[in-house]
Parts: sequence; structure tokens; C-alpha cells
Amino acid sequence: MSPRLRSTLYRIAQAVPVVIGVVVISFILTRALPGDPAVFFAGAAADEASIAQVREALGLDKPLFQQFFIYVGDLLQGDLGRSISSGQPVASDLANRLPASLELTLTALILSCSVAIPLGVLAATRPGSAIDHLCRVLVTAGVSLPTFFTGIVLVYVFYYLLGIAPSPLGRLDFIYISPDHVTGFYLIDAALAGDMETWFGALKQLVLPSVTLGLFTLAPLARMTRAAMLGALGSDFVRTARAAGLSGGKVLFGYAFRNALLPVVTTLGMVFSFTLGANVLVEKVFAWPGIGSYAVEALVVSDYAAVQGFVLAMALLFVLLNLVIDLAYTLIDPRIGFDSR
Amino acid sequence: MTAPQTVPVTPAATAPPRQMSSLDHLVYVLKENPVTLMAFVMFALIILSALFGPYLVPYDPLASNAAMALQPPSTSHWFGTDSLGRDVFSRVIVATRLDLIISVAAVALSFVAGSILGAIAGYWGGLLDAVLNRILDTIMAFPLFVLAMGIVAALGNTVENIIYATAIINVPFYARLVRAEVNIRRDAGFALAARLCGNSDARVLAFHIFPNALPPMMVQVSLNLGWAILNAAGLSFIGLGVRPPTPEWGIMVAEGANYIVSGEWWLALFPGLWLMLAVFTFNLLGDGLRDIVDPRKRT
Repeated sequence: MSPRLRSTLYRIAQAVPVVIGVVVISFILTRALPGDPAVFFAGAAADEASIAQVREALGLDKPLFQQFFIYVGDLLQGDLGRSISSGQPVASDLANRLPASLELTLTALILSCSVAIPLGVLAATRPGSAIDHLCRVLVTAGVSLPTFFTGIVLVYVFYYLLGIAPSPLGRLDFIYISPDHVTGFYLIDAALAGDMETWFGALKQLVLPSVTLGLFTLAPLARMTRAAMLGALGSDFVRTARAAGLSGGKVLFGYAFRNALLPVVTTLGMVFSFTLGANVLVEKVFAWPGIGSYAVEALVVSDYAAVQGFVLAMALLFVLLNLVIDLAYTLIDPRIGFDSR
Repeated sequence: MTAPQTVPVTPAATAPPRQMSSLDHLVYVLKENPVTLMAFVMFALIILSALFGPYLVPYDPLASNAAMALQPPSTSHWFGTDSLGRDVFSRVIVATRLDLIISVAAVALSFVAGSILGAIAGYWGGLLDAVLNRILDTIMAFPLFVLAMGIVAALGNTVENIIYATAIINVPFYARLVRAEVNIRRDAGFALAARLCGNSDARVLAFHIFPNALPPMMVQVSLNLGWAILNAAGLSFIGLGVRPPTPEWGIMVAEGANYIVSGEWWLALFPGLWLMLAVFTFNLLGDGLRDIVDPRKRT
């Protein structure tokens, strides 16, 4: 077995206990509902008999141990319970709204990576220059910015004062018809349908929320890129490469950058965690119909099945993303595959 | 520190020299780094407004005045008034106490819980350590803000539960730090010597090993406080914890957000700025403390 394949399988195996842990915690949270869940689900007008009936229907009269297996069995069938407010199964609600959140998150991450990484590299290659100071200011200010506040300031400046941005109400202005559902990503769907007008409409709505989210993720990424690049540029192998007479570009990108990328990719996993949380706030500010605003709406009306389904879905998504990032890590790590311990 | 200490009668001369040098170091760092000094000053201002704010503000933060609704900032209302005619400045200042209480209580709880768990796991190791690590990994496997939402939803929507939720999501950071610091000193010479002198394991752990973890912990606390405030404000922004008439930065920004599209910017801007300033102060303070505690990690 090649070392690369072995490390890949090992990493996938490592995700299994984490998933089990996530399911256990999520079960505990579900059982920790304030008061008696049966009373809660039976509704306000329920009497003793109907509460007992609901308790039996939910399996709450069984021992906790057995309840856990029922819970896991339901999960395996993709059953997260039913939302009280929408009347739909939570799983299908989440699936319907997930593309909106993913479109926002991915756009924001691409945006912040494409700014933060060049910025960090430039700052590291020119320490003490204006761009280095800019990087430092951005990094310090960036971690102190409350996402929801940045979003509101951007709305005020670009919507109210300048009038460039569309009103912060969802993914598409009501004058457009949403494109046919293929991937659920409006930008991709509209492009597939060849409807450029809708594409621009969707893009305009997407700009402010993704910039808000992007600004939030900019700071840790730029900070890590700068530090990793500084470390790589000061290392022996870069000095050797320079001494061997390699061109500046080859040294910078072929040797220093490729090594500096490793800690940056690791940071990306951490950044994802923050992004998934910040997503909730940004979606509320921009009335973005993603799973974050779904969870907020559910919280307001105490629709706990929906909230717990959201928490579990986000955790599983995060575990999956971390897995993908770590697998990408083994792909870009120049050492794996060459040295076989 | 350039002046030679020649006069032996000053009380400073009776102080142990070790303490003098760390004080000198503090003065040196503050002189070198005016930003850290500024952070200390802003920190003092925040503490003062949390302590005395409610007695000093010009208006009652809850008193509404329909005739003065939605007034822009003026000399009588520095930060303007909100939709019920309440003075935004008074509300912003009064809110400092609640926001600080939430974040300080949460950080203190996770400090204590994380220290105990981490110290036990780091000192005795074995199965206990393995189990604790798995639990911490699982907590970290959740997007932390989302986990906080789930905890508050499960425990009930109150301010205390916001504190517990924020504490739980912060525990892994402290526990891991203490575990690492304790683990490397478990068999250090001074710990073995203390045990040989007849101290119990618990005593060696608490009074000989654990104090060594305190300096990096203080840095973590300061950085964490900023994050805890952001987290608590974020939770109340989405309608968890604090109830509407209570002045709190997150909820004030949420209320102000409804007026931003019609141009009433002061409602959301000032509480948001104050929140940002508080977080910024704690972050700068954390960086400054790190310079004092560990000069090597200076960026």
C-alpha cells in the first residue's frame, strides 16, 4: 500500500469516532429540551392522555439507551424529525436551503482567499513596507469586527448612501424569476439556463453578504499566510535554492509558497468553523434564505427539532469539510509519497 | 530603569529583586509599545463604565419618550434616540456591565473547568486523558457558534444559559493549554523534589506545577474575552438570551438593523462601535500581555 493511500485511509478512519461523538452530543442536546419534550410536542391544549400518547409515539417512555438507538436508526434513514413551524421534515427543509448557504459561504471563502493569500505573500516578501503595515492593520481590525455589524455598515453605505447595492432582502430581487433548479446555486443555474439578466441579478444580491463574510475570514488567513511565508522564506531550503541560482519566481512559488501553503490549509479548517457560525449572523442581516436563517426563525418560535437538526447538519458538514481539507493536505504535502518513514 | 538604584532606604529596595525586574519589564514593554499602553487605558475606561456607568449616564436607559423618537445625534442626545425615544448613549454605556458580566463569567467558568480537567488529564494521563481528549475533539468538531446556539436552544433561552454555552465552547482551549503545560512538567526536577518532600499529588499539582501554566493562560483569557463578547453579542443579535427592553450591544444592533435601510444609522452604529472597541481592546491587551509574558512570540 502506498504511503499516500495509507495516510488517506487512516485519516478517513479518524473521522469515524468524531462522527459518533457528534451524534452523541446531538442526542444529549435533543433530550435536554427544556421541560418534558412530550408536553412540548403535544401542544398547549393537550391533556394527560394525549401527552402519554405523544410520549409513546416519540418513544420517550423507553429507557434512554434504547432511545439513543432509535435516534441513530432515524438518523441513518435521514430522519431528523419534523419542523413544527413549516410542517415539513427537517431534513428536507435543510436540503432545500443548503445550496443558498453553500453558495454564500463558498463565494465568501474564494473571495477572501484570493485577497488574503496574495496579501500575506506580498507582506512577507516586503517586511516593513506599506503593504506589510496594511496587512497588519487589516488582521488586527478584522478579528475585532462583529460580522453582523460589518454587514449593517455595508448595507448603510452601499444601499442607503450610494444606492449601488440592491436591497438586502434575499437571493434575488422579486422582479426576477428564480432559475430552474439544477444545483440550487443561482449563479450556476442561471448560467446553465443562459439567462444573463438573472445571473447579474443574483450576483448583485450576493456581493454584499459574501464581502461581509469574506472580511471576517480575511484576517486569520492573511495572518497565517504572512507568518508561514516568513517562516518558509527564512528557512535553509530557500537559502539553498537561492544559492543554487534559481530564479526569484521559482524560489518564491516553487519552494517557499508550496511549503507555506500547508499551515494555511490547516487554518482554512478553523476558518470554516467560524464561517459556518458567522453565516447565521450574515444570513439574518441580509434575509438570506439559507439554513442559518432557517435555524434563527426556528429558534424564535422554539421549533427545537429544526434547531437540533441544523446543529447536527452543520457539525457533520464541518467534519466532512475538515476531512476534505486534510485529504487535500496530503495531496499538496510534498513530503508524503516520497519519504516512507 | 536607566536611573541606578543607589538609595537603599526606599521601600523598593526591600522588595525582592525578581519582582523588580518583572515590573521593570512591564514598564519597558509599555514604553516600547504605545499600542499596549492605549489598550490598558481603554480597558480601564471599559471597567469604569461597567462599574459606574449606570450612575453617570444622563438619561434612564429604559425611559421612553415618544416626542423624541428617532432623533439624530445632538448635544442633548450624543448618540441620538431610538424608536421609543430612549437615549442611545445611556443605553450603550449601561449595556457595558451586562456584556462584561456575560463574557467574564463565561471565561471564568471555562478557565476553572478547563484548568481542572486539563490539569487532571495532564498529570495522571492514561485512560482519563484519552477520554477527555476525545470529548474535547468532539466539542471542537462542531462549528462553535452553532454549538452555542444548540446548547441555548436545549437548555432554555436565558442569560445564564448564554453564559454556560459560551463557557462550554471555550473549555477546550483552556483544557488543552493546561494539559500541555502540566504534562511537560509532570516529571520535572522541582515537581519530583516537591513530591519527595512529602507533598501529596494534588498539592504538587495545584501549588507547584499549575502556577507555571498561569502566564500563557492569562494571555488566552484576554484574547478569549474579546471572542466571548462577540459570541454573546452574536447570540443576542439572533434573539437569544437577553430580552428586548434590556440594553445590550448585540440586541441594540439587531434593533437598529431594521432602521438602517431608512437611514437612521445611529441606532446600530454606536452600539456596534462600542462592541467593536471592547473586542479590539481585549485583543490588543492579549497581544500586549503576550509580549510581556513571552517576548519570543512577538509579531
